[in-house]
Amino acid sequence: MREIKKLIVLENKLISSNIYSMVLQSKGLAKISKPGQFINLYCREGSRLLPRPISICEINKLEDTIKLVYAVVGAGTKEFSNIKVGEKIEALGPLGNGFIIEKDKTKNIIVGGGIGVPPLLELAKNLNGEIEVYLGFRSKSILIEDFKKYGAKVHVATEDGSEGFKGNVLELMKKNNVNGSIIYSCGPKPMLKAVAKWAKKKNIPMQVSLEERMACGIGVCVGCVCKIKDKNQSDWQYKKVCKDGPVFWSDEVIWDE
Amino acid sequence: MNKDDLDLRVKIAGVELKNPVTTASGTFGSGREFKEFIDLNALGAVTVKGVSSVPWKGNPAPRIAETYGGMLNSVGLQNPGVEEFIKNDIPFLRQYDTKIIVNIAGRTIPEYCDVAEKLSNTDIDLIELNISCPNVKEGGVAFGTDPKMAEEVTREVKRHTKKPLIVKLSPNVTDITNIAKAVIKGGADGLSLINTLIGMRIDINRRKPILANVVGGFSGPAIKPVALRMVYQVAKVVSVPIIGMGGIATGEDAIEFIMAGASGVAVGTANFRNPRATIDVLNGIKEYMIKNKIKSLKEIRGII
Repeated sequence: MREIKKLIVLENKLISSNIYSMVLQSKGLAKISKPGQFINLYCREGSRLLPRPISICEINKLEDTIKLVYAVVGAGTKEFSNIKVGEKIEALGPLGNGFIIEKDKTKNIIVGGGIGVPPLLELAKNLNGEIEVYLGFRSKSILIEDFKKYGAKVHVATEDGSEGFKGNVLELMKKNNVNGSIIYSCGPKPMLKAVAKWAKKKNIPMQVSLEERMACGIGVCVGCVCKIKDKNQSDWQYKKVCKDGPVFWSDEVIWDE
Repeated sequence: MNKDDLDLRVKIAGVELKNPVTTASGTFGSGREFKEFIDLNALGAVTVKGVSSVPWKGNPAPRIAETYGGMLNSVGLQNPGVEEFIKNDIPFLRQYDTKIIVNIAGRTIPEYCDVAEKLSNTDIDLIELNISCPNVKEGGVAFGTDPKMAEEVTREVKRHTKKPLIVKLSPNVTDITNIAKAVIKGGADGLSLINTLIGMRIDINRRKPILANVVGGFSGPAIKPVALRMVYQVAKVVSVPIIGMGGIATGEDAIEFIMAGASGVAVGTANFRNPRATIDVLNGIKEYMIKNKIKSLKEIRGII
């Protein structure tokens, strides 16, 4: 039977303003996890009832560890940031479907924005062929060196110009006249929407990892929905980000919100 | 005294459950997602997510907001419709030794009746009439807040089905006992209470409500005192069995509801925090009974 496990925290350090990197001894979760999946972390404080879904940044099957990179955005993630090495945290996972890795693609483009960047790192490790990575941030970048370690060519855009190209990631992609055989993407919805529109014009297939407010993370509450077109494209349904996603093909998604 | 000496059986609207623990509609799907976490055979009954006569798309996202000790939802009864439910979910649940309670939703009386009629000849045990969903604009909540309409929809649904009928009551009323009495006059064989309270949250940075629907149903441990008070009030004035719910997460919570007069107890929002919550509640009830030398729940039901 599946269960919520108490995992030992091996590392929990600040890597950028408000962003933490947490490594967990995974009790076998690493072995069954795939890029783009996520883990539910549970708060100790009972008034914070719901799990926090956090994407998996790196999987180490040999050492049975999982790395999560998360932003402190509220009281729950603040609580996580105060957990000391050696302490335990309740976790359930892996959850969701992750990216569909297309091994035959020769030129992979990865597009990430802000706290949507972490799950793309484990993805990059698992791709064949050339990898070009475009990452956008408000001001300070994260994980750039890690992407380079896996042989990716990394391009950075920041809104305030403090690092790399000044502007958004799509402007940088257009400027560099990017082309490729597939795009994998995760980040804020406006970025995904803009890149999806561009990809459609260029006729490049694209996968997007979506985010939505969740309660359970296991497909029961039907809270975290997004509009997904039916196969024949004549109608649409609300699909669950946690269970049907979080990764979808960009041309299935209705981007109206 | 040990676990085998306990008599946990309860009768709800003429149907015997092997123990009082069921699930609150909308927090357990049809049980499929929980089969990898718990043995569904252990539950007295599974109360499934609301089913309507045709597929309902539900409300836009965000549909979820956490609150102190609870949460808000504005799912809006997204479901694939009664025909899909009959085809897929009844055969799934029938594999298990547990009773099936089907929560039914509608916007109009004919819609409710259509679902009830279609379920009439299927292999389910009980129907739970949802006249209190706060997230559906038409029908739904209005049926649950007006005694005359509550009585009428109960009577009409009762006429269209052979299955025993439980009516799920809304807490968003001035006096819940008036609605309880009205639906019993309409023919209800049992009651479920409470549905969610109406609540809201505002994102002060975006200066907008968090829920796309603006308001939603408030549930979780934070609402338990309100739910318990309402079960207590209703149990004092009706003689039909009650399934109590609202913030139940432990065996102790369940015992409180039983002492207030509930026959069954439903675990709801706790399933989102702990997929084993139903089993934990059942084990907690047993432990309390052993510790206090209670052989049957009859000994403590409604003692307050």
